[in-house]
Amino acid sequence: MISLTRRYQFSASHRLHSSALSQSENSRVYGKCNNPFGHGHDYILEITVGGPVSPETGLIISVPALDSFVERHVLRLVAHRNLNLDVPPFAHLVPTTENLALVITSFIRRHWPDSFGDSEAYPYRVRLDETDRNRFEIFLPVSGANFALNTYTETALSHV
Amino acid sequence: MLLTRRAEFSASHFCRIPSLSEVENREIFGEEANLNGHGHNYIVEVTVEGEPDPVTGIVMDLKEMKRILDREIVEPMDHRFLNLEIPPFQDVIPTTANLAREIWRRLQPFFSASPAMLSRVRLYETADLYVDIVGEDGA
Repeated sequence: MISLTRRYQFSASHRLHSSALSQSENSRVYGKCNNPFGHGHDYILEITVGGPVSPETGLIISVPALDSFVERHVLRLVAHRNLNLDVPPFAHLVPTTENLALVITSFIRRHWPDSFGDSEAYPYRVRLDETDRNRFEIFLPVSGANFALNTYTETALSHV
Repeated sequence: MLLTRRAEFSASHFCRIPSLSEVENREIFGEEANLNGHGHNYIVEVTVEGEPDPVTGIVMDLKEMKRILDREIVEPMDHRFLNLEIPPFQDVIPTTANLAREIWRRLQPFFSASPAMLSRVRLYETADLYVDIVGEDGA
């Protein structure tokens, strides 16, 4: 298999707090991340795209096209935002990096067919680093344009 | 067990389809289409798969692996203009994907049997862009 990975960066703030938990439970579960005033990270986002190498262009996907897609459907929505207040899915979803990776994956999956539906390129992996020490990866088990997330992820995203 | 060795080379290239217009080339390749070329510090990570020898405890001699990478990849490509000097890139566009495939093709004969089989080639064009080839067919 051949794939291309592009790395992006964005800065955002968040606060981890679940309304389903008491304040003492929130403190216990989220620790410093429960600070009521929030805090921020420089997130690193990697998007991996699979697909055949076009004999004409030598490309799996046009990098400028991928960049503008990610800018439009991901970075524009999260960069320099307060995730809890500025990004609608997090009105009712704790902006953990797990959930942020899921939301970004859902953005990509939702808009991919409009931009790349006529190509054989498909999103294969989303990796999100919150810091150098915390990394989350979602693999999209895919074949062509028809791809599905696993059941757990589908269930989580149905609330987005 | 997987064993990865890293090598680095610097080379210039451009990516264009001669039959297309300037605007079309820019749309597909962006600044990579600039006709006079530009350079990258390519980093290639070569991963082989094998089991440590029960006596020596090594999968394969790392010095030998370095010699192969130097001879097959670094020496021919380092400080070269890929489009003009390195076959097959007179006729094949030296995109990251095509360069990774060429590296796979050049290395595969040397890692096609025991003690170590070629498992992955990862080619970084920049820190923000890399291509992986994983598996046996070189994609």
